[in-house]
Amino acid sequence: MHEYSIVQALYDSVMTQAAARGALSVHGVSVRIGELSGVDPGLLDTAWRTFRVHTMCESAPMEVAVVPAKWACRDCAAEVARGRILRCPACGGSVRLTQGDEILLERIVMEVA
Amino acid sequence: MCESCGCGDPNLVPVDLQQRILSDNERTAAHNRHHFVDRGLLAINVMGSPGAGKTAILEATSRALDGGRLIGALAGDLATDNDARRLGAAGIRAESITTGSACHLDAAMVHHALHRLPWTDLDYLFIENVGNLVCPAVYDLGQAANVVVLAVTEGEDKPLKYPVMFHKADLVLISKIDLLPHLPDISVDRIVDALRRVMPDPRYFTLSARTGEGIDDWVTWLREQERMAASGAYAMAIGGGRLV
Repeated sequence: MHEYSIVQALYDSVMTQAAARGALSVHGVSVRIGELSGVDPGLLDTAWRTFRVHTMCESAPMEVAVVPAKWACRDCAAEVARGRILRCPACGGSVRLTQGDEILLERIVMEVA
Repeated sequence: MCESCGCGDPNLVPVDLQQRILSDNERTAAHNRHHFVDRGLLAINVMGSPGAGKTAILEATSRALDGGRLIGALAGDLATDNDARRLGAAGIRAESITTGSACHLDAAMVHHALHRLPWTDLDYLFIENVGNLVCPAVYDLGQAANVVVLAVTEGEDKPLKYPVMFHKADLVLISKIDLLPHLPDISVDRIVDALRRVMPDPRYFTLSARTGEGIDDWVTWLREQERMAASGAYAMAIGGGRLV
């Protein structure tokens, strides 16, 4: 369960941003989590709810956007469906992950004086 | 002005970032990687389930890597230093990283532990991660390559069940093949088929630390990587993402 260490890093980033803007409190955070990032969105939310207690983020919900994994050919950009052999079905070229490994903090809504 | 919920509260301010949450770990990993590249040291992050055979493979590797090569290891373990002691007995300069309840190593743990090793003299550094097919995959340590050990006893569909771990692997070692005669339902071909569905162009070797079968292939691969590390080829690759 590494989601607590992810939330620790997230919290540190939020607090750095909040301090830089002299925020009084944080009202929400939005994150973007790839399907193949190794982070479970449900566990991340649970960890956030636990972690934020008695902090400036106490009433800040976390909005999680889950990004599906997509594979595409390096040569012809044809997509390869999930679960298939990772070789281009069109030209036989090599395939790479084009999205789905993100672990991003996208937005913070904070109250300023 | 609050634009997110439409409440109109002028004191609520949205801040858009697109910031990588693990950027601190990534910075420390990059720092480790620069150390390794500067010294021409080949650092390998060895991952896999508890009991997959990571330590046994490193013991066999130490026996097989001749030519006066100095091998170091950092062994991640929740509660004991058993693995580091085993590796030490096999001729490896090994230190333990006791993680307590943490299920993975991160770049800062590796950086701190490096100071307990004569790491600037090493030719190889194996970072034996905590036995776990989930969490270690998320953390860059500064390694040149990720190697995942998968024992034939774990079942053929492990790569499909843990796609993130195998997607991150540069090389898979399918281990304990000496047990195959006792596992009539297990097919290496089906394991490889599963790998092809989560890894583009998977590289893998089949081996047994017990009998030594296949260890030569793995050691040949390591020597090629060591030559690249010593020649600065990895320095060229830094910034380009994947190093292998």
